[in-house]
Amino acid sequence: MSDHSPFHTPPRFSSTFDQDAIAQIQRAAATGIYDIRGGGAKRKVPHFDDLLFLGASISRYPLEGYREKCGTNVTLGTRFAKKPIELKIPVTIAGMSFGALSGNAKEALGRGASAMGTSTTTGDGGMTPEERGHSNMLVYQLLPSRYGMNPDDLRKADAIEVVIGQGAKPGGGGMLLGQKITERVAKMRNLPIGIDQRSACRHPDWTGPDDLAIKITELREITNWEKPIYVKVGATRPYYDTALAVKSGADVVVLDGMQGGTAATQEVFIEHVGLPILAAIRPAVQALQDLDMHRKVQLIVSGGIRNGADVAKCLALGADAVAIGTAALIALGDNDPKLEAEYQKLGTTAGAYDDWHEGRDPAGITTQDPALAARLDPVKAGHRLANYLAVLTMETQIIARACGKSHVHNLEPDDLVALTVESAAMAGVPLAGTNWIPGQGKY
Amino acid sequence: MNSFDLTKTTLREVNQKLQSLPADTNEKVWHLTNLHGEHACAVGLTQPIEVHVEGHIGYYCAGMNQKATVVIHGQCGVGVAENMMSGEVRVKGTASAAAGATGQGGLLVIEGDAGTRCGISMKGIDIVVKGSVGAMSAFMAQSGALVVCGDAGGSLGDSIYEARLYVQGKVESLGSDCIEKKMTPHHVEKLGRLLKKAGIEADPKKFKRYGSKRSLYNFHVDNVDAY
Ligand SMILES: Cc1cc2nc3c(=O)[nH]c(=O)nc-3n(C[C@H](O)[C@H](O)[C@H](O)COP(=O)(O)O)c2cc1C
Repeated sequence: MSDHSPFHTPPRFSSTFDQDAIAQIQRAAATGIYDIRGGGAKRKVPHFDDLLFLGASISRYPLEGYREKCGTNVTLGTRFAKKPIELKIPVTIAGMSFGALSGNAKEALGRGASAMGTSTTTGDGGMTPEERGHSNMLVYQLLPSRYGMNPDDLRKADAIEVVIGQGAKPGGGGMLLGQKITERVAKMRNLPIGIDQRSACRHPDWTGPDDLAIKITELREITNWEKPIYVKVGATRPYYDTALAVKSGADVVVLDGMQGGTAATQEVFIEHVGLPILAAIRPAVQALQDLDMHRKVQLIVSGGIRNGADVAKCLALGADAVAIGTAALIALGDNDPKLEAEYQKLGTTAGAYDDWHEGRDPAGITTQDPALAARLDPVKAGHRLANYLAVLTMETQIIARACGKSHVHNLEPDDLVALTVESAAMAGVPLAGTNWIPGQGKY
Repeated sequence: MNSFDLTKTTLREVNQKLQSLPADTNEKVWHLTNLHGEHACAVGLTQPIEVHVEGHIGYYCAGMNQKATVVIHGQCGVGVAENMMSGEVRVKGTASAAAGATGQGGLLVIEGDAGTRCGISMKGIDIVVKGSVGAMSAFMAQSGALVVCGDAGGSLGDSIYEARLYVQGKVESLGSDCIEKKMTPHHVEKLGRLLKKAGIEADPKKFKRYGSKRSLYNFHVDNVDAY
C-alpha cells in the first residue's frame, strides 16, 4: 500500500512564496537583521530588451559598415565649464569608491578607460594616486560623507560630480562594513579601523535646490570655473530632478536607474526603491527639452547597461552618454567561472556572487585584503576593460549605421519600437506593429 | 594695504586674485569692503595670507581654506569654512548653520553664536564657539574638537565618532551614542591650550567633555532602536 493517495500531484511551489521569498524569511528569522549585498536590482523589471530598433528600409537609408563614418565622440560640460571633457566614446566608467574596490581594480579601470579615450569616476572614499595616475580623465565625486574631500584633489580632477543619490538606493547613504575598513581606507576616511561605516544620506551643508546652486557656485569658484560639474541622481522623479539640477547650474546630469550596482546596500532597498532606467530617460530628456537645454546640459544614464544595443537605446531615447559599473567589474574579472571552486566555498556560484561588502572577493576586485587584491593584474584587467569598451562602441555604431546615422547621437526615439505595452509607455515609443504609444493621445 | 571694493570688482576677480597669489607674496593682508552677503567669498585660498571680510557675508565663506587666515567682521551664512584643511577662520559675529562642516584641519573661531549643525561631520578641524551652538551640532563628527563656551542645542554629537566635544553651559540633549566623558587633567590642559590659541578667555576646568560611547561602531541588532 502506498503511503499517499494515487491522486497526489507533484510538489507545487508558490509564485508568491517563491524560493527566494522563503529563503529571505528564513534568513531574517535566523539573524534578526536585514540582508545586505552588492549589485543592483536582480528581479525582472522593464528594460532595454523590451525595445527594438527598426533599422533602415525603403524610406530610410543605412550607412555602409566599416566605410562610412559614424561618430561616437561626446563633449560634456559645454554650458559653463571653461574646460569641457571630450570623450571618444559614449560610455564612461561610473563612480565606485576605493574602499569598495581595491587599489588594483581602480588602476585597472583607469587603464581601460584611458586606452579607449573615456573617463573614470572616484567614489565615496576620495581620490587615490592609483586612479588619478592611470586615468586620463577623472571625475571627482562630492558625496554627502565628504570622505577624503580635498581641494587639492578637486583641482586635480577633470570634472566634479555632486552625488545626490544612486539608482540602487535613492535616499540612502553609503555603507562599508568593518571587514573593508583597513588602515589605508580608515585613514583616507578619517575613521577608526574596522568599524561598520554608514555614510550620510544628506549633504551636510546644503538642503534643497537653492542651496545646491550656491554649492555649485562655490565649487566653480574654487576651481576657476574650469571643470564641468555633474549632478548625479537616482531615478525617482527624473523630470523634476533634472529640471532642478539644471536650475542649480549643473553642466551634466547623471541619472542612475534601479538596476544600477552598489557596493553594499540593504536588499529591500535595492529591489524596491527607485525606477528602472527605461522609465526615467524620457522624463529627464523632456525636462531638458522644456528648458531648451537638451544637448546643452548633457545627460549621462546608467543602470544595467550590458551591450551596445543598450547603449544605442539610451542614446536614441535622448541621453548623451552612458555610465557602466557592474559591467566594467565583470570585464575586469568579477564573477569569472574560472573561480567557481572559490565561489562555492563562499556559498555562491559564478554569475550570482554579490557579497561584495564582505571583502572576500576571489577575483580581487571588491576587496581590501592585500593577498586577494594582488590577484588582479591591473594591466591585464585594464586591457580586458578596453576590449569590452571597444565592443560596446562598435555594437552601438553597428546599430546607428543600420539606422542611417552618421553619429550615434543622431539615433532618435523614431528608430525604436517596444515589445510590451509597459515598455512602450515608459520609453514613449509605439508598441511594435502599431502606432500606439500608451499614455499619449486620447485613449 | 590691499583692498577690494566689491561694488567695483566682481567676486570672481577677487577670488581669482586671492587664489593666485604666489607663496612668497608680500601682498599678505587684504581687505574686502562694500559686501552684500556674497556667497563663496574667499574660498579655495592656498597661501598664508590674511583676508579681512569687512561686513556680513553669505554661504561658504572661506570654504576649503588652506593656510590662509580669514577674519569675518560681521555675520556669516551657511557653511563658513566648510571642509577647511588648515589655516584660521574667525567670525566676529554669529554664524549660520553647518559652520565648519566636514572641516579637516585648521581652527575656526566664532565669537558670537553658531546655528544648527555646527561642526557636522567634522574630520579634524578645531572649532571654538564663544557663544552657543544650535541643535544637531557635531552630527557624525569624526575627529577634531568642538568647544562651546555657551550652551548646546538638542542631539549634540549624534552618531559621533572620535571627535571631542567640550561644553561649558547646558546641553539640551545628547544624540545617539554620545555620552559625557571624564574631564582628566590631560583634557583640561588640551582644552586650555586650544582656548588660548583661539584667543577666547574661559576656564577649561568649567567645561564638560562629551564623546562617543562607541556602541554603534559595529552593527548589532540589540541597538536597533538607536539607528
Ligand atoms: C562596487 C560599486 C561601488 C559603487 N560606489 C559608488 C560610489 O561610491 N558613488 C556613487 O555615486 N555610485 C557608486 N556606485 C554606483 C555606480 O556609480 C553606478 O551608478 C552604477 O554602478 C551603474 O549601474 P550598473 O552597475 O548597472 O552599470 C557603485 C557601484 C558599484 C557596483
